[in-house]
Amino acid sequence: MFGLFETGFANFTWGNGVMLAIGCAFLYLGIAKKMEPLLLVPIGFGVILINLPLGGLMQTIVEGKVVEAYAIGGEPAGILARVFYYGLVWEFIPVFIFLGLGAMTDFGPVIANPKTLILGAGAQFGVYAAFFISLLLGFNIYEAASIGIIGGADGPTTIFLTNRLAPHLIGATAVAAYTYMAMVPIIQPPVIKALTTKEERAMYMKPQLRPVSRLEKILFPVIGAITIILIVPKSAPLIGMFMAGNILRECGVTDRLANTAATAFIDILTILLGLCVGAFMSAGTFLKPASLMVFGLGIAAFAASTFFGVILAKFMNLFLKEKINPMIGAAGVSAVPMAARVVQRMGQEANPRNFLLMHAMGPNVAGVIGTATAAGIFLGILG
Amino acid sequence: MSQEVIEVPITGKIISVEVKPGDEVKEGDTICILESMKMENPILAPADGTITEVGVTADQVVKPGETIAVIEYQ
Repeated sequence: MFGLFETGFANFTWGNGVMLAIGCAFLYLGIAKKMEPLLLVPIGFGVILINLPLGGLMQTIVEGKVVEAYAIGGEPAGILARVFYYGLVWEFIPVFIFLGLGAMTDFGPVIANPKTLILGAGAQFGVYAAFFISLLLGFNIYEAASIGIIGGADGPTTIFLTNRLAPHLIGATAVAAYTYMAMVPIIQPPVIKALTTKEERAMYMKPQLRPVSRLEKILFPVIGAITIILIVPKSAPLIGMFMAGNILRECGVTDRLANTAATAFIDILTILLGLCVGAFMSAGTFLKPASLMVFGLGIAAFAASTFFGVILAKFMNLFLKEKINPMIGAAGVSAVPMAARVVQRMGQEANPRNFLLMHAMGPNVAGVIGTATAAGIFLGILG
Repeated sequence: MSQEVIEVPITGKIISVEVKPGDEVKEGDTICILESMKMENPILAPADGTITEVGVTADQVVKPGETIAVIEYQ
């Protein structure tokens, strides 16, 4: 007979209540505030679904026993547990999202102004700063690397690295990365303002960059992939797919493939990724001191990356004949295009003549390369 | 009185034009919204003044260097 004990109510805990509130907060931020809705809506709904007891979406079988929340090393049984296992643990989803990202990325601003590659690399100092802070706080070296990479503000890279090094933290690091990416317009401006004067923020840069030829755009992913993967072989899955997606976009004869990669393909992967990340946030998995610390350290990592990006831009200005607006260094985190938009908006606020978007897009896309390479370096050393 | 030409900074599409000739604007007022790289970017008045000419219309695809508007300083 069906009774109270067969319903979710009998198994509902205060932790589930907290997580439902978090899930609803994500939905609110995504829908009402339009903060990264493509990510926060599926993640938020995944959080809600997994915290309704007995639903079985993330059930795994461990030593013959059924476990409701996802258990690493267990056999996936629930539908989202299977997607999580084959999609994330097997790394299919984050790696192929990079193919879609490559098909969406215009490297023109980087090619036109290669100095911005340095800014994309400079922002990665924040990754290493957060890595060392995490070590000091007692996380082991694998966990610290997974927390540090949040500073790169790149969700798929964070998931990819955490899955390899510290899979038990994947929910916390993924949610931290995506949440902070959505919060770029809130986190970055105070850091940028603290490091720059109004005169620096108002610094004018001519809006136009030099025209970039089709040949240059075709050669960039080819030479980029060969160079980076030879230097950091473990970056091959992310950088390889990123550049593969980009050549589909730029070669001019595979428009159908590029369009699919940049639209339906990446959208399907994003839906599955968002639901799975959310579904990893059951009360029992997420409401632990370690997960909450990861969340706290994530914001430090992100702020540190912004800090180092701006400082590096100011340092470069000591040597450049044609000065750059130091704010574009903040776009070296790889939250594309949110970080570039922040710089564009702040640049216009300080000087209405400024139009920094294209200048900021250079470090922004270079940041994607930088974070994926930083992940490859961690894997090469620790993996 | 001196005047300044507000030019299109990057290739894109004009979503809306917020001024017409004769309008007085303050520094930072929105002249038009330019959609580029899937983002809506406001183009702002560089100084207080009067708009004497508007060179774009909504839905127009524009290229760098084209005239958006001419502003005459007060």
